Amino acid sequence: MKNVPAISVERISKRFGGLQALKNVSLTIEQGEFFALLGANGAGKTTLISILAGLARADTGEARIMGHCVQHDYRAARRHLGVVPQELAYDPFFTVRETLRIQSGYFGLRRNDDWIDEILTRLELLSKADSNMRSLSGGMKRRVLVAQALVHKPPVIILDEPTAGVDVALRQSLWQFIREINQTGHTIVLTTHYLEEAQHLCRRIAMLKLGELVALDDTASLLKAAGDLELHIAVNPDHLPPELLSRAKSLGNARYCLALASADELEQVLCVLRTAGVSLEDVSLHRPDLEDVFVQMMERT
Amino acid sequence: MIGFLTLFNKEVLRFWRVSFQTVLAPMITALLYLMIFSHALSHHVSVYPGVGYIAFLVPGLVMMSVLQNAFANSSSSLIQSKITGNIVFVLLPPISYVQFFLAYLLAAVVRGLVVGASVLIGTMLFTPVHIAMPLLSLAYAILGGGMLGALGIIAGIWSEKFDQLAAFQNFLIMPLTFLSGVFYSIHSLPPFWLDISRFNPIFYMIDGFRYGFFGQSDVSLSVGFPVVVGCFLALSAICLILLQRGYKLRY
Repeated sequence: MKNVPAISVERISKRFGGLQALKNVSLTIEQGEFFALLGANGAGKTTLISILAGLARADTGEARIMGHCVQHDYRAARRHLGVVPQELAYDPFFTVRETLRIQSGYFGLRRNDDWIDEILTRLELLSKADSNMRSLSGGMKRRVLVAQALVHKPPVIILDEPTAGVDVALRQSLWQFIREINQTGHTIVLTTHYLEEAQHLCRRIAMLKLGELVALDDTASLLKAAGDLELHIAVNPDHLPPELLSRAKSLGNARYCLALASADELEQVLCVLRTAGVSLEDVSLHRPDLEDVFVQMMERT
Repeated sequence: MIGFLTLFNKEVLRFWRVSFQTVLAPMITALLYLMIFSHALSHHVSVYPGVGYIAFLVPGLVMMSVLQNAFANSSSSLIQSKITGNIVFVLLPPISYVQFFLAYLLAAVVRGLVVGASVLIGTMLFTPVHIAMPLLSLAYAILGGGMLGALGIIAGIWSEKFDQLAAFQNFLIMPLTFLSGVFYSIHSLPPFWLDISRFNPIFYMIDGFRYGFFGQSDVSLSVGFPVVVGCFLALSAICLILLQRGYKLRY
């Protein structure tokens, strides 16, 4: 079990009527990874997750969770997987605690209350444990969905937009919790439209566009490939030395933008300015973020 | 096994939590039928020799309640779960399709039996009830509840909207139960309708269930029992095939 990938997807295609939802997608996620699956609405993220969870069946190709085929060995595959679905679903007949007990039972677990209490505490739901699901706010229902995905302590956890509609403070505590779970060895896969979350949390990123995998790399490499560091300066007087002027882009009002190959180059630029007797009024550094990478990827044809 | 038991328990709890609506309401309806029809017809209709019309009506109403409520339980649970999206909670766990089927089926049978028993107890307030062969009637109630429970699973899986399920209920279940001899013996019908009734599986259930009360029936049990068992098995097989393929549940 040690060297088996947490998730392996091999040449998966899926068509819904006239819509090719996934086109020959392959990717492998190793155990312990914190992985982001990104893409615009309708790119195929949820379809891929549904196939991994057994909610949809691939037309061709094979998906495995911890080495278990999601079709032929579906019971083992599902035992190893926890999914937080995107839709805010709940059963209005039950309280939060009942919901979690029932979900534990579905996974063959009885007397799971110690773990249920711990999840409830970590997700700040303990005070709502005996409230009916109907009475919870949207953010709380979302957290119950997370709790439901965790009742059976799955080694692989997929979160499909877990922070949609959750306020900032809760979002942070939720990520803190997920990060701790990741640190204890669980594999985390998430989809989100908050790209700064993905950039901040995930070490590796896949991007889907119209059902095709268009990027699959370390977050750092993706960011690096997206472009150079940019130095924005405002100078006084407005006389940039010629060696800088030739490579600068004027932003108007004595403001310029310079592309830097590395952070090292900053020193050099400052030195040139000092010798030329030009003083700095303002300075800032811009690094391309995941949003820039994402936009580039989506615009590429 | 725990997965199956949990799902079964959940399905039973689901209707029990709203028993006012799922048990008491159908019981009141059945008792109203009893009062109205017995008032209107008891002096005009004689069905079996030595059996009064009210006594004749009781097993019919009990069985009708069993059947309608078994159908209502599995079908409404599935359609609600599908429409609200919480069906995902039973699709994600490692519950096999056979366990899934049995849990919904047995919960439907339980609901049918609970409502049937309530109706029976209710009718005892109005008329003395004697059951000659209670175990036979119970066997018919379980089989009938099972058959309609299975039909409810099929309807719940197939329907995508509440009105589709309502159509199933209004255009199939209601006519089949009302025209099954709950309120009359099919021998009182004109030949054409008598022949039609023989194609209604629900007729055989009511008839066999009633035989357990009086030891008299419209057709022989040696015909009726195999029909009921056969229908139950056929519908169960259809359910299992649909569930195994994930029809309308797993895309």
